[in-house]
Amino acid sequence: MIRLAVISGKGGTGKTMITAALAELLPDTLLMADCDVDAANLALLLDPKLIRTEPFMGMKFAVIDPAVCIGCGECEVHCRFDAVHPEGNVYRVSPLRCEGCAVCAHVCPVEAVTMQPRQTGEVMYSQTKRGHLVQAHLVPGAGNSGLLVHAVKKMALEQDRDCDLFLIDGPPGTGCPLISTISGVDVVLIVTEPSVSGLHDLKRVAAVCRQFRPRILVAINKFDLDESLTESIRQWCVEENIPLVGKIPFDAAVIESVRQGVPVTRVADSRATQAIQILKANLEQELKHLGNQR
Amino acid sequence: MKIAVASGKGGTGKTMVAANLAFTLAQACDVTLVDCDVEEPNLHLFFPAPVTATDVTVPVPVIDEKTCDRCGKCGEFCQYGALTVLRERILFFPDLCHSCGGCMLVCPKNAIHEVPKRIGTITYATPLPRLILVSGYLDTGNPHAVPVIRAAKSATASDNLVIFDASPGTSCPVVETLEGCDVCIMVTESTPFGLHDLRLAVDVADRLGVPSGIVINRSDGRDEATLDFCTNHDLDVIMTIPFDREIAAIQSRGDLICRVSPEWQKAFSALYVKCRALGGVDQ
Repeated sequence: MIRLAVISGKGGTGKTMITAALAELLPDTLLMADCDVDAANLALLLDPKLIRTEPFMGMKFAVIDPAVCIGCGECEVHCRFDAVHPEGNVYRVSPLRCEGCAVCAHVCPVEAVTMQPRQTGEVMYSQTKRGHLVQAHLVPGAGNSGLLVHAVKKMALEQDRDCDLFLIDGPPGTGCPLISTISGVDVVLIVTEPSVSGLHDLKRVAAVCRQFRPRILVAINKFDLDESLTESIRQWCVEENIPLVGKIPFDAAVIESVRQGVPVTRVADSRATQAIQILKANLEQELKHLGNQR
Repeated sequence: MKIAVASGKGGTGKTMVAANLAFTLAQACDVTLVDCDVEEPNLHLFFPAPVTATDVTVPVPVIDEKTCDRCGKCGEFCQYGALTVLRERILFFPDLCHSCGGCMLVCPKNAIHEVPKRIGTITYATPLPRLILVSGYLDTGNPHAVPVIRAAKSATASDNLVIFDASPGTSCPVVETLEGCDVCIMVTESTPFGLHDLRLAVDVADRLGVPSGIVINRSDGRDEATLDFCTNHDLDVIMTIPFDREIAAIQSRGDLICRVSPEWQKAFSALYVKCRALGGVDQ
């Protein structure tokens, strides 16, 4: 199995659009995961049939029993996350701020604090015409999105370990959800756009990927919106020895397809589709090469 | 007044709105603009200026191997699995550590002390006479964005008018950015993706008690679904920016529409007035 993650650094460059289009074009049945657990969108394009949902338990969090609390404030003094505050004569833990370290439970002289499990999301397994899809829903504002990403990948791999390709739609950024997404993947496809922000964020996310040693590939979305920045990105890729495997033009068919809830490749013969077909062919070469090396 | 700019979905134009609002306000008053998208900070690209930098550090444990008797209490206590106690030595995984200080508290031998570990930087610049830009940078490869956001925010705690540019998403970095703000500008685009993620982001702001105002960016005039959502949730659309290749070009080369056109400065001044009303801040 080859594990391929589509990521971007900068948000909104077109990861999900490209992931869904690749899912349509690549042969055979796929294993797919949406690891953008904060705001999962891949399902909106793949018409999934939900098979089952499992609760996701994040870190335990502290709860202070107001009937036992004597209001000494030791918990507030020792909390490094500013999660404990007085409320009347007793103390209360803010669930959004608590990181579950259990220090307050340790320092409480009257054992008023207990660590309690909480559900901070759910993981959903669906079937689509193109294969298995696992995605998640994080309770808005909850932490541990890196752990939830791990749970999504784990559930996906449980469905079919013999699939040839595990296709992952990744999160933006470079922090814990991204690191959790790319750990253990063989190839990352970084989708960027020709803007100063796009190039800046490409460089940063590529630096993170280098610490995990997957094969790095780049595609430029909306490349014709600024040809000179597209050229800057191309030059950077040459300098860094990173293959540029696709250039997709700005195309109103993309927004139209998202509104229809289908991959852009279903919209007859758009310029974007033609470009993604070339991207797919280059990608298949890369995956084949990688498969041969094993 | 503290204004956050957030979105849920990435790439909707948060940074563009935050930068243009700050540029406009800085023509008339003192403004602090804070880049809280510390995983991929971009505001500095729109305000090139010399910077001074300070490191952001978090405390991490160091174990004195001579005093430690490998009793294992620290490893048992650590909720994050950052300490593994073996017979001969202790393994510490710094990326898993949340710097809670628990291991130090539970050690019966007082064998643990803390040292600062760098996880990022904060830069300061004055790109316009009345604009201070504070940017948080998470070191590449480090997973912990929240302490860098916290450091960037606390550096501006005493400033009167502050604009915070949030990261995309709905999890802890966004909560850290929004907390304590008077109002949140939610930037969206009129696609099913934009609306899906707007719904989640508004939910986060609601849970934090921060009122939201909606900015529709790159509108092609087909905003019905977004407008219906706003009507049903009693949310005001406080600005609509049309899709325009010229605007996209200005933005992509790192310029600002308010720098190019005084008309846009008027629009962003009006946006600020609406933010004040939403945030319940006296004129």
